[in-house]
Amino acid sequence: MTSFPRSSDSEEQSRLTSDELRQRLDQIFYFDVSSGRNYDDLIDVLALLPRPKQDFALHWASVAAQTHLEIGYLVILLTPQALRHLSFKQAEQWVIAALDAYDGSGVRSAVERLRNIEGFTQGAAGQAMSLESIEGRLARFLQGLSGRPLRLAPAREGVAWTDTETVFLPPSQDAGSASAALERYKALAALHWAQGRYGTFQADFDVALATYPERNQALGWLGVLEALRLTACVGRELPGLRVSMEDLVAALPPQLDAARADLARPDATVQDSLDWLPRLIHSPLPPLPWRGELRPEVVARVRAGRINEQTQILRRAIAGLMAALGKQGGDVETALEIAIDAAGLSAELTIDGQVVALPPEGKAAAQSLIQDLAEIPPEAMTPAGPGAWKPVDKAGSGVTATMEIKADALVDEWDFRRGAYRRQWCHVYLHTVPEGDAAYVPEVRRRHGPLIRQVRRRFEALRGEDRMLRRQADGPEVDLDALVEAIADRRGGAEPSPRLFARRQRDERSLAALFLVDMSGSTKGWINEAEREALVMLCEALEMLDDRYAIWGFSGWTRTRCDLYRIKDFDAPYDATVQQRIAAIEAKDYTRMGPPIRHLTQELLKEPAKHRLLVSLSDGRPDDFGDEYRGQYGIEDTRQALLEARQAGVRSFCVTIDRHGADYLRHMYGPAAYTVLDDVRKLPLKIADIYRKLTS
Amino acid sequence: MTELRLRALATELETLAAEPFYQATGDEVALFQAAHKKRLPVLLKGPTGCGKTRFVEYMAWKLGRPLVTVACHDDLTSADLVGRYLLAGEETVWLDGPLTAAVRAGAICYLDEVVEARKDTTVVIHPLTDSRRVLPIEKRGELVRAPDDFMLVVSYNPGYQSVLKELKQSTRQRFIALDFNYPPATLEAEIVARETGIDAALAAQLVKVAELTRNLKGQGLDEGASTRLLVHAGHLIAAGLAPRVASEAAIGRALGDDPDVQASVDDLISAVF
Repeated sequence: MTSFPRSSDSEEQSRLTSDELRQRLDQIFYFDVSSGRNYDDLIDVLALLPRPKQDFALHWASVAAQTHLEIGYLVILLTPQALRHLSFKQAEQWVIAALDAYDGSGVRSAVERLRNIEGFTQGAAGQAMSLESIEGRLARFLQGLSGRPLRLAPAREGVAWTDTETVFLPPSQDAGSASAALERYKALAALHWAQGRYGTFQADFDVALATYPERNQALGWLGVLEALRLTACVGRELPGLRVSMEDLVAALPPQLDAARADLARPDATVQDSLDWLPRLIHSPLPPLPWRGELRPEVVARVRAGRINEQTQILRRAIAGLMAALGKQGGDVETALEIAIDAAGLSAELTIDGQVVALPPEGKAAAQSLIQDLAEIPPEAMTPAGPGAWKPVDKAGSGVTATMEIKADALVDEWDFRRGAYRRQWCHVYLHTVPEGDAAYVPEVRRRHGPLIRQVRRRFEALRGEDRMLRRQADGPEVDLDALVEAIADRRGGAEPSPRLFARRQRDERSLAALFLVDMSGSTKGWINEAEREALVMLCEALEMLDDRYAIWGFSGWTRTRCDLYRIKDFDAPYDATVQQRIAAIEAKDYTRMGPPIRHLTQELLKEPAKHRLLVSLSDGRPDDFGDEYRGQYGIEDTRQALLEARQAGVRSFCVTIDRHGADYLRHMYGPAAYTVLDDVRKLPLKIADIYRKLTS
Repeated sequence: MTELRLRALATELETLAAEPFYQATGDEVALFQAAHKKRLPVLLKGPTGCGKTRFVEYMAWKLGRPLVTVACHDDLTSADLVGRYLLAGEETVWLDGPLTAAVRAGAICYLDEVVEARKDTTVVIHPLTDSRRVLPIEKRGELVRAPDDFMLVVSYNPGYQSVLKELKQSTRQRFIALDFNYPPATLEAEIVARETGIDAALAAQLVKVAELTRNLKGQGLDEGASTRLLVHAGHLIAAGLAPRVASEAAIGRALGDDPDVQASVDDLISAVF
């Protein structure tokens, strides 16, 4: 985390004057002079602060301004107020939380976060708990309860609700203590899971609420009544949650006691709640310890899509079973029956009187349909034809519902100024290099013939050699030395060793290597030429070994387009296709190094090898369009990505061509090993050697 | 002296004295009996702790055959199964391995988690699993013919993520395959109650915990709580521990080490108890 000076010497003397402040603010906001803002407000605020607070405000304003100018302004305006309630350390978190909010949902929510100093103060004092801090834990809790995917996301206005696929909960929860806040979160999560589980949305809201002129009032009351019913349901099914569920509705006025008792019946349904509505609709809504809402329109939309999808999955599962039983889909003779068990959670399929087990995806689909409809719809019982419908894999399960997902992967990025990650910040797209000139590789081979032969000979020596293991308990050959020794031992009265055999064993290298090639614009010309030749040399050499290897190129244009170009997969042979792809590697855009390292580290981790190696070839410092990634930010992000790789068990090695041998290299590649080539023409000659040294 | 030591090393073959408790969940008993009658080898598939080993014990008892169980591990070689020469006095003495012993005695040989064994072991079991039903002992130049009563049973857990732990088609297509899974909730509760002596309501709650954790498979947990873990928790409860404490120790801690995931499992346990 970046720190700022906290001087304790005479503050009055070192306090920045108005002129000095203006100068500093000019540096922070220099590119915004056209907006017609002036700094007088800011200077007024800052001039009164002691020097450490001035420094804090200026430092974090400059950090924030690099994300968004408005946030920078606000940080300065609000710093005096924030520092009255928060320590410096906490105030750092206050700014970082706002920047996270910007990354996630834009400037408006960042401004909200900043202004809500009071809310943050409570969090800092340990009374409130942020959803963020327990998101993973709570999401797994929901997943455990639900069985079907149920995501968790922060609610925009602090109003809890669910569309039955995502549960939206308030971003922070204040319940007096951390454990009480956690209990409250769990209870709210369970309540919204229960809306799906116990059929709140099985009612037809359009019909049921048509007679009420005040639809919102009616929905509000229905929410209260359903809370009464569902807390009882959850309490019955999960006795451990009973107390915290009852806390949710404990404060309701005595006029609701009759409804409370009625709705707590085990057989109460949403219809019973609707039946109570006319008697209560004209009373004002009672206060509850949380703010919640029913949004039937959204639910209906989500539900319709899901029912359709699950129906198709079930149909396909049934069709598969029928085929396995040798029955025709349109066969009228076939009797299909489905029975739902007493708990209403699983279904049993009968085909012609024979009980058949549904495959897992069919079982899950049936379970999902039962939760939505309390029955299996008849159309789900008509087997689908083959290939009628294919479920689409949804990517990025951890992403909030509001984010648009088109990229093949979203990866985090390290922001050194904040000392925190920007979550799922970079959009990674996967491409395949088109095939190029078929004559290229044979030409390189001819040109470097003698060198290739030499390298191959050296690599041959690396191959797993047969080894004779002696003194084994078992083996195809007798180890004579051991036998003689054993006989002597026995004659001498000592216990002879039973390990008298010898066996040959082949050592396996078990190594997977991934090569990452810089395809940024700056490699155009000589460097690109050298990279391609180097890859040819490398492949020629690697073919001598059994090591699994893959080659990817990377380039990019801002965080929203990080392109990865497949040249060779682990499973692909080094054949004409791969050779022609190598020929077609060309210089493209920029060098954002973090995303490719992070994404390909994950690829490497899928390899079963004992040792995993990531080798990058690049031509200098990370760089991207715009000011942000250039310089320190990119260096720190790359360093962080390499650190992550090392922690995950991937060894990395960076080969860089930087004639100036700049001093940032040691820092950036610190987590990895690296080598600098001062002459690009050496790359093809060196690369195989580098690999050999790395792996022997 | 040497004789004694060798006898101690030799695989003991005994039939089970008492009937092991096994709760059938489908046709598995009839299928297994038919396979035994028709001299077919059997492959048991299923997650850990769902009753595969218990089932084999039960079937061995039911068929009145001795049972030889080998827990496979990645250092298990074919010699460990077939046998080896040992030094005894002035000479080497051949000692049958568990598989050979089982074949000679017409026993049921159960190779637990067979994918864990080294690849060369599959070569040994192949001739036993087709119509030849022989076990070649190369070192002795001997061909042991399996009597009709001999039966080979292997198990494996298809839930393993690793590509190294997959059963090759050439091996798997030799077996009758029985799918094992956690039993339906009511049966599972009966099993837990029967095994541990806790009352039915508590057993049902333990099963509820298991179901909740099984929903977390792939979301932080590699596997949900197995029936075996429920039985462990039930034993702890029967020994006087509070259900929540027992479940946290027997289920929560056993499922994984990640503190965050453990916290979630504890949340689920505390939702039930």
